[in-house]
Amino acid sequence: MTELTLAKALGSGLRRALSDDDKVVLLGEDIGTLGGVFRVTDGLQRDFGTDRVMDTPLAEAGIIGMAVGLAFRGYRPVCEIQFDGFIYPGFDQIVAQVAKLHYRTAGNVRMPLTIRVPYGGGIGAVEHHSESPEAYFAHTAGLRVVTCSTPQDAHSMLREAIASDDPVLFFEPKRRYWTKGDVDEDAVSLPMGKARVVVEGSDVTLVTYGPLVATALDAAVAAADDGISIEVVDLRSLSPVDFDTVSASVKKTGRLVITHEAAESGGLGAEIAATLTDRCFYYLESAPVRITGFDVPYPAAKLEDHFLPDLDRILDGVDRALGRVNSLTGWSA
Amino acid sequence: MSTTVPVKAQKSVAKKQNPEFVQLLDQDGNRLSDDLYDPWVSDVTGDQLASLYEDLIIVRRIDTEATALQRQGELGLWPPLFGQEAAQVGSARTLRPDDFVFSSYRENAVAYCRGVKLPDLVRVWRGTAASGWDPFSVGMATPAVIIGAQTLHATGYAVGCKKDGVDSVAVAYFGDGATSEGDVSEAMVFAASFKAPVIFFCQNNQWAISEPVGLQAQRPIADRAPGFGIPSIRVDGNDVLAVMAATRSALDRARNGGGPTFIEAVTYRRGPHTTSDDPSRYVDPVVAKEWEARDPIARMEVYLRAEGVLTDELAASIQSRADHVAAEFREGCISLENPEPLSVFDNVYATEHSGLTRQKSQYKAYLEGFEK
Repeated sequence: MTELTLAKALGSGLRRALSDDDKVVLLGEDIGTLGGVFRVTDGLQRDFGTDRVMDTPLAEAGIIGMAVGLAFRGYRPVCEIQFDGFIYPGFDQIVAQVAKLHYRTAGNVRMPLTIRVPYGGGIGAVEHHSESPEAYFAHTAGLRVVTCSTPQDAHSMLREAIASDDPVLFFEPKRRYWTKGDVDEDAVSLPMGKARVVVEGSDVTLVTYGPLVATALDAAVAAADDGISIEVVDLRSLSPVDFDTVSASVKKTGRLVITHEAAESGGLGAEIAATLTDRCFYYLESAPVRITGFDVPYPAAKLEDHFLPDLDRILDGVDRALGRVNSLTGWSA
Repeated sequence: MSTTVPVKAQKSVAKKQNPEFVQLLDQDGNRLSDDLYDPWVSDVTGDQLASLYEDLIIVRRIDTEATALQRQGELGLWPPLFGQEAAQVGSARTLRPDDFVFSSYRENAVAYCRGVKLPDLVRVWRGTAASGWDPFSVGMATPAVIIGAQTLHATGYAVGCKKDGVDSVAVAYFGDGATSEGDVSEAMVFAASFKAPVIFFCQNNQWAISEPVGLQAQRPIADRAPGFGIPSIRVDGNDVLAVMAATRSALDRARNGGGPTFIEAVTYRRGPHTTSDDPSRYVDPVVAKEWEARDPIARMEVYLRAEGVLTDELAASIQSRADHVAAEFREGCISLENPEPLSVFDNVYATEHSGLTRQKSQYKAYLEGFEK
């Protein structure tokens, strides 16, 4: 057991994957000599060589497309997309090729790619460096989409993603890169497709993932002071969503709040609200509530606090789910 | 003459008009001499020439049959390769089994040469499967329909070959239209940077559906590659010998650590883009006539007859064989079975996905409701 930052835990996961399987290769911009702009790959090229840890030309479609060819050749490529907003030039290769090749070829060609994407806001960055594009990929058949919220999950889930025979979009909550936690490299971990009940509670189920798990935990503590018991569920996997775990929680609490940084319309929150309404209709005491980023482009740094769901907005949503006075009290469509 | 010995250039026409354009057989079937490329085909025997000729005849016959099958409602769509037979056969016949092809959807002659089974050529076009064959069984990926995407796959595969320390080569087939796609430029950047053993084989068939090549390129397409640090060859794509020579030289470079080569095979799409297209809206019949005169099969026939390789008897036997292949192809096509309804859920993932498992079980129950 070692205490590591989330970024270092990802790095140690990559190191183990490179050691365990010589078909694992890392591709990305600045991942070699520099060690990645967030230093996640620090030291890996030095220790595994330029053949295993490849700095690539600056082209995301090129990175993904080349990884497809390497997968055809039996490799297990791990691609780093430098920032969330840079994934779009590679979007076509991901959605039209990576996601579909196994299906297209009747299972003859496997695409065991892992595509690492630092995502989310809260770091005061400029445009294209704070986005949450996960819904595009969760909407795409053939991809698995996961995200971590703790150093232990970062390490274990990344290794599981790399070992997966399916392509995995691995979203890393960049504002939590410096969060520290104990990491046991040999721990038997919860499978990456499973959600985790992080804190048990009885009044409201609060579903979230990635960077907002920590915020949700803060909300649970704050609500407890007010006598409200929140159950926090960390989804971990966005495709598939572990609806069994979320349903079990909602059947217990009867109330559901979902929070994510990504925009509201067409987001994971909509999918979860719809499915849980279907599954738990007779258990729900109130309509599911979504607390999300707004349907605007990610705003300038000085406005991001008004975009990102924070403790107070989440608690306002909890009040709404409980039928208490909240910001929408008296509001009507 | 014996057909088992290499056929030498019998006569040499005056120096070629354009030294930058590789041509060993002109459109009238004259064998031109070329100091640089003759050595690459000096070992080709009369029997091998006859075999190439047979390939050309057969793939054209398959193509004609496929168009007929579409017109009769047996195929939803077909993209004819009519006119491009030499570019495809000449290149594909130079490859080894351990080389790997990444193509677009018009490369049915390449697929034929790689050993793809006849009905597998039309599974997609009949709508019975998402692709036709197991790529690893023939060393050829199933076609990429997104234009140019496969050039990156070929580059990645080639980088993998290099990592593995083998001298296999990846070949990307694409068209003139694809060269405008960013993926193709990115593939050339990556291939050059990593010195990947890949051949970029561009069939410039003059058309991207209705758009003439002049809309994609203001200079010969082959001129682009040197800017990426990749040597290029502009070859007469309707000359099977020249295509073979050019491809062999590129393969040799790739196998010996020399990295990528770009080949522009200048040819002409004599048919429509697909059976849904209407070229009469955009093709100048005068230009089409000019290209008809440059047909790859006609010139080969003249040449082989002059060389004594092709006799009336052999021509008739090849035609009979082509008709036999076409009949087998038709039978195979019509016999393709429709997939089972629940197979729509198969192979989306390599491992179980709970969301899809739920949808499948619900749809299964729904379908079973009709049986009660």
